[in-house]
Amino acid sequence: MNGNELRNILLAAAGLGLAALLPLTGSGYLLSLGVTVAMYTVLATSWALFSGPTHYISLATGAFYGLGTYVVAVGIDTLPYPVLLLIAFVAGGVAAGLVGLATLRLSGVYFVIFTLGLAEMIRQLVTWVQNNWGSHRGLYVLTDITEEIIYWELLAAAALVYLVGWWINRSRLGFALRIIGNDEVVAAHCGINTARSKVLLFMVSGSVAALVGGLLAPRWTYIEPAIAFSAMLSFQVVIMALLGGASRLWGPLVGVIPFTLLWEVISGHFPNQTTLLLGVAFLLIVYVIPNGILGRLEQLYRAAREGAG
Amino acid sequence: MDILITGLLLGGTYSLIAMGLNLQYGVARIMNLANGEMLVIGAFAAFWVFTAGQISPILSIVVVAPLAFLLNWLIYRFMLLPLVRRAKSAGQLEVDSILATFGLAFVFVGIMIATFGGEYFTYSYLAEPFVILGETYALNRVVAFVLAAIMCGLLYLWLNKSRPGMAVRAVAVNPESSGLVGINVSRVSAFAFGLGGAVTAVGGTLISTFLTMDASIGVLFTMKALIIVIMGGVGDVRGVIVASLILGLAETAVASLIDPGLTLAAAYFMFILILLFRPQGLFGRRSS
Amino acid sequence: MKRRTILKLAAATALAGTMAFGGAQAADTIKIGASAPKTGPLAGGSTVTHWPNIKLWVEQVNARGGLQLKSGKAKLELVEYDDQTNPGEAIKNIQRMATQDKVDFIIAPYGTAFNLATAPIFDKYGYPQIAVSAISDQIPELTKRYPRLFFTLGTTTAFAQAVADILVQMKNDGKIGSKVAMVNVADAFGIELAAAARPIFKKAGLDVVYDKSYPLGTQDLSPIVKGAKASNPDSFVAWSYPPDTFGLTQQAIIQNLDVKAFYTAVATCFPAYGGKFGSKVNGNLGAGGINPDTPAMQAYAAAHKKITGKDADGWASATTYASLEILEQAIEGVGSADRDAVTDYIKNNTFKTVMGDVTFKNQNNDVFWTVGQWQNGKYYGVASTGRPGEKPVQLKSGWN
Repeated sequence: MNGNELRNILLAAAGLGLAALLPLTGSGYLLSLGVTVAMYTVLATSWALFSGPTHYISLATGAFYGLGTYVVAVGIDTLPYPVLLLIAFVAGGVAAGLVGLATLRLSGVYFVIFTLGLAEMIRQLVTWVQNNWGSHRGLYVLTDITEEIIYWELLAAAALVYLVGWWINRSRLGFALRIIGNDEVVAAHCGINTARSKVLLFMVSGSVAALVGGLLAPRWTYIEPAIAFSAMLSFQVVIMALLGGASRLWGPLVGVIPFTLLWEVISGHFPNQTTLLLGVAFLLIVYVIPNGILGRLEQLYRAAREGAG
Repeated sequence: MDILITGLLLGGTYSLIAMGLNLQYGVARIMNLANGEMLVIGAFAAFWVFTAGQISPILSIVVVAPLAFLLNWLIYRFMLLPLVRRAKSAGQLEVDSILATFGLAFVFVGIMIATFGGEYFTYSYLAEPFVILGETYALNRVVAFVLAAIMCGLLYLWLNKSRPGMAVRAVAVNPESSGLVGINVSRVSAFAFGLGGAVTAVGGTLISTFLTMDASIGVLFTMKALIIVIMGGVGDVRGVIVASLILGLAETAVASLIDPGLTLAAAYFMFILILLFRPQGLFGRRSS
Repeated sequence: MKRRTILKLAAATALAGTMAFGGAQAADTIKIGASAPKTGPLAGGSTVTHWPNIKLWVEQVNARGGLQLKSGKAKLELVEYDDQTNPGEAIKNIQRMATQDKVDFIIAPYGTAFNLATAPIFDKYGYPQIAVSAISDQIPELTKRYPRLFFTLGTTTAFAQAVADILVQMKNDGKIGSKVAMVNVADAFGIELAAAARPIFKKAGLDVVYDKSYPLGTQDLSPIVKGAKASNPDSFVAWSYPPDTFGLTQQAIIQNLDVKAFYTAVATCFPAYGGKFGSKVNGNLGAGGINPDTPAMQAYAAAHKKITGKDADGWASATTYASLEILEQAIEGVGSADRDAVTDYIKNNTFKTVMGDVTFKNQNNDVFWTVGQWQNGKYYGVASTGRPGEKPVQLKSGWN
């Protein structure tokens, strides 16, 4: 570990520590904004762990997230909550592993739409099972878990994701993935087991998404398929991560924060034109910030250094 | 027999949903996430014309198609072409077009809500029984199927028999080499994008005769269209037709023989199976 | 003339003397917050039954000078947000209204899941929450947990039970046989109702000969109607959502599903349903109802049409309006925007609303309409848990 890395870890820890103080402001409003930011940070970062180096765009986040939500909703009356979270985490990983194994041969847009189709299929199956064998009382998650606790749990999940991401970058796996991202044929010639590396990473992002789904289940109280399995969620995660920049670990974070704030400002001030203005904002972002916020920041940073040097 | 005909009718509906996107994605290389909204706009137009003046939705196609073509052509020319020009790679363009058309979809929904409101819109047109071989079907679905078949047929003939159609196919296969042989790629792409938009809007017009819609429902159609286009193989009219029919038949068979609750699960299962065994889609070409 | 009637109604329910138009000067304003879908999957429903009533109520109250408080008259100021049919947004909106906009009262959101996801926040900041579009079988547990949450529309079991009662009555009268074809949309609402209905139907001696679900967003419902028809049922029951309520009815007409009782759930009472199918749907049964012939309801329907430009539906519209009347009467009864006092007032008083008298027992209104029917082009309530004015149920006689 060199000085630079140590500095980054300290910075990250300080940032997280600072973020953890948010509930102390006593503002429920800031807290629910915080939950949104934390949730998308975890989802987008774990998404980028896989998609950043491999350039595979996955639209399956919603499926794993919904899986986690359902694990908690179904088991909440019989098993302790932490155990359910663990089950959700494992279930997400296993599901992602199976998907990963099945999709090895696909590339580009075929993979994108495959994951979309897969997410829908999982949703349909879960709904069908609930319809035929579920309880008629509906799925309720009634707990004493407050928004503060959910927020801290999400921060902890974020810390976990960053640690994993940092470890992957340092490990042989991360190196292998970067080669795959640049040229899969070259990677295969170097003797890298491209399949295994990709599947492993996909499992990481799948388990994290399922975990987040499980963490948020108590927030919704009443679980229905349309809420748990949201295709919109998958799209939003992709867009935030791409907006920030998927090539660095902290890239998605710089996408999630401005995106959430922008969303907030628009939906707060223009309740009747929210959708329209969000669309316009999207379009502007694409044209004005072509390489994501990360690209823009790096460009500014280089310019500043050249100016100084 | 009944399953076969019901399935074919549903397949016709699906080909209306997906045909336009196939042109837009296959030729112009834009994965248009606002495609479903264009379909809803076509449906809205038909609804509006029908309730205001009792004018048949089928007649309204005459107006809807050129307007949708123009709108989509303008979108490509002024919104998407700059993205195509600045993209350094196919992947970059994919990312950009996902982001931009996602925003565009929001804009469309916003405009529709501002002008028409968010309620369900529905009307009755040709909602009469129509008997084929002793079984009863909805006349509006039969009419939509016939028009879908005519439209697909014309498109296929035009693409394969005419000179401009050949240029479109050339761009679909390889934009770079088409440029080398003197095809104006961006003009052909803009034309294909506009044509795709017009086909989608006409699809919406026809579908509105039997489905109840609202301003926010477009994303459902987009997802279905994406699945069909990918399943059939990008850039091939035959692929879309075959994939639509397979989905229509599979869903109807499952609904009638097994359990209607599993129709969509079965449809996605088919899709996944096909991709696993033919990763480039039914009629897709393997990329080099 | 019509406005006068409403004013009379309002005057009767609130304190005397509020009739005077420009009499009292507005001493204050009361800020009302509202968050519900304007976009997303639930927007199609909320723009029919939810938003128009909020607009109507605010305009009417302000037109008569505002709410009568101890300190004088207070006009209403509306703060509204779109939750985009996303519970995360709904939670944020309620938080924002409570802590940033500092509204005095918040109108309950739209949809069961949305009411339950936001209930902890209503509770935390002490806002009464009079939920309308929320149906649950967990009401006792939920109201115990959230002492400011009120339910108005009814329970899942009651809706299933009412349909069973009607069918059994017809069977006992020898008008129909016992064979029922039942389908449901595979989303929370449809799943729960179907699951609740199965044992009830069985106990009632009804024979469910076809029992299938279909996914939300199914684009061709003809296999379902054909399947149901093939089972040769005497009655057809669909626990359906708006787009499929339309779709199933359409297919039933085309396939000429000849049953003596045809029931579809949500949106059967929508004006668009009658508008689309006209006389063909005479005799169709649907979820919920109203008594459209009371003077209060007629005045309400006329005002709804006049101010919002749209027709009210035959169930949730008037109930939503009634929930606002309850809030209005409770605020005026207390005479200030003291939320704890208003909550207590709601718990302990009877309210005269467009739906009739409403009293909350353990925060639940247990007198509600369960089934309605299209009769001669108009939607009437035919079954309730104790509302007066139930019309006798008619047999469905063909689709014409």
